[in-house]
Amino acid sequence: MLLQIKNLHAGINGKEILRGVNLEVNKGEVHAIMGPNGTGKSTLASVIAGREVFDVTAGEILYKGKNLEALSIEDRAREGIFLGFQYPVEIPGVSITNFLRTAVNEIRKFKGLDPLPGGDFLRLMEEKKRLVEITSNLTNRSVNEGFSGGEKKKNEIFQMAMLEPMLAILDETDSGLDIDALRIVANGVNKLRRPDNAFVVITHYQRLLDYIVPDFVHVLFEGKIVKSGSKELAIELEEKGYDWIKKEQEA
Amino acid sequence: MESEANKILDEVTQGDYKYGFFTDIDMEYAPTGLSEDTIRYISNKKNEPEFLLEFRLKAYRHWLTMAMPKWAHLDIEPINFQDIIFYAAPKRKRELSSLDEVDPELLATFTKLGISLDEQKKLSGVAVDAVIDSVSVKTTFSDTLSKHGIIFCSFSEAVQNHPDLVKQYMGSVVPYTDNYFAALNSAVFSDGSFCFIPKGVRCPMELSTYFRINAANTGQFERTLIVAEEGAYVSYMEGCTAPQRDENQLHAAIVEIVAMKDAEVKYSTVQNWYPGDKNGLGGIYNFVTKRGICKGSNSKISWTQVETGSAITWKYPSCILMGDNSVGEFYSVAVTNHHQQADTGTKMIHLGKNTRSTIISKGISAGKSNNSYRGQVRISKNAVNSRNYSQCDSLLLGSRCGAHTWPYIQVDNKSSIVEHEATTSKISEDQLFYCQQRGISAESAIGLIVNGYAKEVLKQLPMEFAVEAQKLLSISLEGSVG
Repeated sequence: MLLQIKNLHAGINGKEILRGVNLEVNKGEVHAIMGPNGTGKSTLASVIAGREVFDVTAGEILYKGKNLEALSIEDRAREGIFLGFQYPVEIPGVSITNFLRTAVNEIRKFKGLDPLPGGDFLRLMEEKKRLVEITSNLTNRSVNEGFSGGEKKKNEIFQMAMLEPMLAILDETDSGLDIDALRIVANGVNKLRRPDNAFVVITHYQRLLDYIVPDFVHVLFEGKIVKSGSKELAIELEEKGYDWIKKEQEA
Repeated sequence: MESEANKILDEVTQGDYKYGFFTDIDMEYAPTGLSEDTIRYISNKKNEPEFLLEFRLKAYRHWLTMAMPKWAHLDIEPINFQDIIFYAAPKRKRELSSLDEVDPELLATFTKLGISLDEQKKLSGVAVDAVIDSVSVKTTFSDTLSKHGIIFCSFSEAVQNHPDLVKQYMGSVVPYTDNYFAALNSAVFSDGSFCFIPKGVRCPMELSTYFRINAANTGQFERTLIVAEEGAYVSYMEGCTAPQRDENQLHAAIVEIVAMKDAEVKYSTVQNWYPGDKNGLGGIYNFVTKRGICKGSNSKISWTQVETGSAITWKYPSCILMGDNSVGEFYSVAVTNHHQQADTGTKMIHLGKNTRSTIISKGISAGKSNNSYRGQVRISKNAVNSRNYSQCDSLLLGSRCGAHTWPYIQVDNKSSIVEHEATTSKISEDQLFYCQQRGISAESAIGLIVNGYAKEVLKQLPMEFAVEAQKLLSISLEGSVG
């Protein structure tokens, strides 16, 4: 099992957001997490990545059988956890090439490998750019600076392709995308799917799941996973709306 | 969260100064303290012509009437000038015909600093004048340069071999009456670099001076004079380091640049004097007057500085834009960490018509340091159709440091345009998290972000310097993430 979350409680500034999340993800699987706004979807993604503003108050996260609690943000990343951001931040003056080269080499160092020679790195970038259909000049620009919403999300997928994570969590990667950008993002994910990695796709709408077909769909509501099922659950949600879940919970 | 951030900042910016070693060389010193006798001693040691001794004495007498300036945003312990040794020189005969005659200890020192004085081994094509304490020990490539009619030598040699040029230009841009530290330097300066590019010559290599303070209790007072005749071009670089000591040492230098019609001078500095330890003990007091005059039309002077060292930095490389259509530029990155204080900026004095100036200043403050930009843009009545663009950005790391901006702008005609932009930002937790999530450590992330922030200035540096400067920026902030 790649990821196992047991009774996870977490919050920020004393306010509890996750109230006992349980989730199991195996290699080769794609999980979709859906739910209304403000139910803790992004918090869950951040807590798995180790963001320090959130406090874990109970429960545990096991990744490749190991408890993540003591692992720093960067070590989680180096172990293969990738977070595709909902709102990727701008880093002025730092080119994507320079940024990714630093990332790739720090990950290699962690694994006891020598830095990737410059030529090999550039070839790797060209290959991955083709894979995720990115135009060549994007990588010369500063990280996310002046990017359109679509470019930012494509850049997230490109970085994912470069870093080849074991577990990729995509936090509302579809939000704010037109249909072409959505297709490019989804194609990227589909091409990167392998039997030895897994994806957790967080989305508000069923739309993305027309392109990325999940093995499991979970509904996160008020800090808990209240319903799990196959891809049909997403369609049912789309038809009935989140009120259906609310009513079920209140009942 | 704030404390977590401060903890990381602390770890990253608590790095050690790696040039803090001391070389044991046989030295000779002037008697401690300052008097007319000290000045006569220096002048005599250097076998100077009468006019220079007169210049020194006039400067000294003028200095006695002055008081230390207090207008800068700096907290300075009183300096006792009677405790300072004003002249210290490695004991060796002055005339060096080959590198073999240079003290091996000295050669080893410069090798340790990453500077090769061996022309055979030097591949990058940079001519170096190496100044240790009060004297120049070796100037490389002088012969090659002289074939182009370029004079590149120590100031002392210039005084001996080209006294007319020295007499003509010395003090013409920074008179000894200019300010307290300029007067002091004019009285006691011991060496420095001299550079003369004749009419129409484009200097074929980068020229550089490397300043090293080595001896204890001494001050370093060097002077650099660069003259570019009509249509000449030169790119000049300056680097500096000092041993790690508990006491403060004084460095008060003067740089003068003269650019004639159509000439261009590019002056780059990577200043890495010992900044003191993390508790604010020791470090260099750096009081420098740098000024260039664009004397002829269409001339250009460009200052680029990366300031990471010194306990106190007081420095305003300036341009007097006298020639019509002349151009002045100032690009600066100033980093302060721990208890460092920097008050730095520029002056752009527009006198000629259609003159243009650009100021890009990037301050980075960490630890408990204070970083100030102070700049003056003055456009005179006759400087019609002139333009200035100033951009002053401050980046704060942590919450115990300070950033300040003091622009002074005066425009005396209606056809000129002056623009000033200023921003203050912090490295956000979002940026750090984003980098760390990609597997980049907090230290590397800060190095990346800071270098990105300073990129506009770093790209102005000659290649040989840019790489060093980038590393220096990251190292200077080691132990500062928080």
